[in-house]
Amino acid sequence: MTAPVATEPRASADTFVPKILVFSTNNISDPGIDLAGSAHMHYSPGVRVIGLPCTSGVRPSWILHALESGFDGVFVASDGDECAYLHDCAKRSSRIMSLAQTAMRERGIDAGRLRMAAICSVCSEPFTKHVVGFAAALVPLGPVMATKAAAGTGAQA
Amino acid sequence: MTETMVPVGGPEASARRIGVYVCHCGGNISDYVDVEKVIADIRGAGDVVVAKTAMFTCSDATQQEIVADIQANELDGLVVASCSPKLHTYTFRGVAARAGLNPYEYTQVNIREQCSWVHTDDTQAATAKATALVNAGIGRTRHTTPLVPLVVETLPHTLVIGGGIAGLRAAIGLADIGLKVTLVERELALGGWVKDLGTMYPHNRNGRELIDSLIAGVKRRPAITVLTGAEVVGKAGSFGNYRMSVRIGDPGSASIEVAVGSVVVATGFDAYAPADGEFGFGLDGVVTLPDFKAMVDSATGPLMWKGRKVRSVAYVYCVGSRGTGGCAGQACSRYCCAATVQTAVQLSGLDPAIGQYHLYRDMRTYGKFEPLYTEARKAGSVFLKFDNDMPPAVETRPDGRLTVTVTDLLTERTELAIPVDLVVLVTAMAPRANDELVKVLKLPAGADGFFNEIHPKLRPVETVVDGVLIAGACQGPKTSSESVASGLAAVTQSAAVLKKGYTELDPLVALVVPEACTACGDCLTACPYDAIAMTQEGDRHWAVISAAGCKGCGGCVPMCPESAIDLLGYTDAEVTSMIESLAEVPA
Ligand SMILES: Cc1cc2nc3c(=O)[nH]c(=O)nc-3n(C[C@H](O)[C@H](O)[C@H](O)COP(=O)(O)OP(=O)(O)OC[C@H]3O[C@@H](n4cnc5c(N)ncnc54)[C@H](O)[C@@H]3O)c2cc1C
Repeated sequence: MTAPVATEPRASADTFVPKILVFSTNNISDPGIDLAGSAHMHYSPGVRVIGLPCTSGVRPSWILHALESGFDGVFVASDGDECAYLHDCAKRSSRIMSLAQTAMRERGIDAGRLRMAAICSVCSEPFTKHVVGFAAALVPLGPVMATKAAAGTGAQA
Repeated sequence: MTETMVPVGGPEASARRIGVYVCHCGGNISDYVDVEKVIADIRGAGDVVVAKTAMFTCSDATQQEIVADIQANELDGLVVASCSPKLHTYTFRGVAARAGLNPYEYTQVNIREQCSWVHTDDTQAATAKATALVNAGIGRTRHTTPLVPLVVETLPHTLVIGGGIAGLRAAIGLADIGLKVTLVERELALGGWVKDLGTMYPHNRNGRELIDSLIAGVKRRPAITVLTGAEVVGKAGSFGNYRMSVRIGDPGSASIEVAVGSVVVATGFDAYAPADGEFGFGLDGVVTLPDFKAMVDSATGPLMWKGRKVRSVAYVYCVGSRGTGGCAGQACSRYCCAATVQTAVQLSGLDPAIGQYHLYRDMRTYGKFEPLYTEARKAGSVFLKFDNDMPPAVETRPDGRLTVTVTDLLTERTELAIPVDLVVLVTAMAPRANDELVKVLKLPAGADGFFNEIHPKLRPVETVVDGVLIAGACQGPKTSSESVASGLAAVTQSAAVLKKGYTELDPLVALVVPEACTACGDCLTACPYDAIAMTQEGDRHWAVISAAGCKGCGGCVPMCPESAIDLLGYTDAEVTSMIESLAEVPA
């Protein structure tokens, strides 16, 4: 039997609240996320948002840094086809995602800890569903720090 | 005008003097977040000199208090934790400026929409999160530097592209506000679609006459120069002083240069062209709404088709829109329900005996157009509602007449076969092919092919290209009054920047750190706005980003293999410190 290289062990967690970093966009997805608040929808307080002009500007190193600083997952709330700056924004954002996921795999971080979805400026409910679903999917993976130590990889970005 | 923007030497990160204000928002925040505990728990590291809560941070009294605190304590950084940055960023940038603090040394932290309101059930967790958010704001502020907007001179002259109803009305508005106008129309005649329309909704005004009165208005204004049979083929310069090349005549003809401060794009739409066989398109007697409208407009009595009197007409709605019959267009075309119903009323007037069958999905004679629908029914039009799962079928019968078959949702899904003389396909507004213009102006087009504004509600005619505005049906389906309204919005927006004689550009642009740049050139293709170029001094080559050309999206940042590009306001140092603060679990 060959052991897979650097995969995360499944952790059991009773009161584990995953911490999720969200990258949003100032003109499109962030207003959608604001709208979830205006409508008093609920998601986990582990969700924290950093707004940028465009998700095509996310450095892959920021995603890694988040996962190595204590975030259990990173969610990129992209503009999809609505980006006012870049017509190929979706392609650029996907490229950033795959660069980050490659680097994550090298460090033994489960690629499932990174997700991206297009969130529009009125997508309050889809956003809430995405982060609630993501948090649920992160629970069986456990805290990222603990699993990293268990996998024996301590590489720094 | 300088082309590069260098932060004007901020103080050392360790020596900052930061003021932090946490807002109750009258309970909107403090009912769910313990704001006093946030103040007690923030990680000041000695550089948070003032930390206070306020009932309403945006109130005049608190704004004045912040100004006084900044001055008395010589603050060099400001953090306001209250609502979404969409609401009060400009308010607090103004507060900073009034106190003599550079507005870009202020950070807004959203603890309402993205904290108190989503965690109303868990004060402890909401308070801990608010603390982390405020710490991230402080962390970011430690790395801010004073930035100055780029000031550019603007020419009091606007280029309007497209002489339809939107462009004509905009040209008149611009001239009346004291700006020079050059109006470029591709066709030889001005007026767009409306010049070919007879009676229009609402008010039954004649389209041709409307356009004639606008053209007369244009002629009365010497500030307007009209170029017909002309196209824009080039753009140079930057916001405030664009040098536009306009070719007059066929490709290959000479072009002239026009220097303008802003550009209004009002290039309109095209009618959706149905595919062969789509709802019988191609069969004898199957026509589109624009063609049918022209027939009705020119008729003086009952309609004739190929020498025979037209006794009945069937209209198939939503062709090319709302995914009808599996078409690609998803949007509702807005103008067509009212235009069709108006045309039907017009036809009943010409021929009261005519049979008219409207096969529709939803009748959207919205707002003030609703009485038209009642009028059509009173005049004898019959309305049949179909489901998109069972779209109507159009066939030719052996006797040469047409039959439309439809399953009517309003009569218990009865299948009806209606013999008619004409079938009118109520075609959608489609984006007009304008590839060259899109390329020249770098116009952002959406997936549907229409041009995109920055924000449909708050910035409805501005594009991300500074000084390039869009108006009318080139933005998406619009009636003529909506097209004119957006044309006038583009007038106001042009006047707002051109009448002052100068404008300020947001300094949150990308910068190359020359020492880190290896001149690999990867970034050159990363910018669709051509803001990045190579420069050299002796043997050394490196990339530079034009502050006037940069849109501040940051798309070039991750394209640099050396991490040599930073976006001001979102620098690596700022974002990294925010990530670290947000990851912490505060006490
Ligand atoms: C059959 C029909 C009936 C209608 N009935 C009504 C009605 O009753 N009431 C109503 O309110 N609305 C009606 N409308 C809608 C109305 O026609 C539009 O709202 C209106 O035409 C939009 O005006 P516009 O100036 O934006 O675009 P357009 O009318 O399309 O004008 C755009 C102009 O730009 C020019 N142009 C395009 N590209 C370039 C370029 N690259 N360079 C230079 N010039 C260029 C075009 O030649 C054209 O002259 C109807 C539409 C149709 C099709």
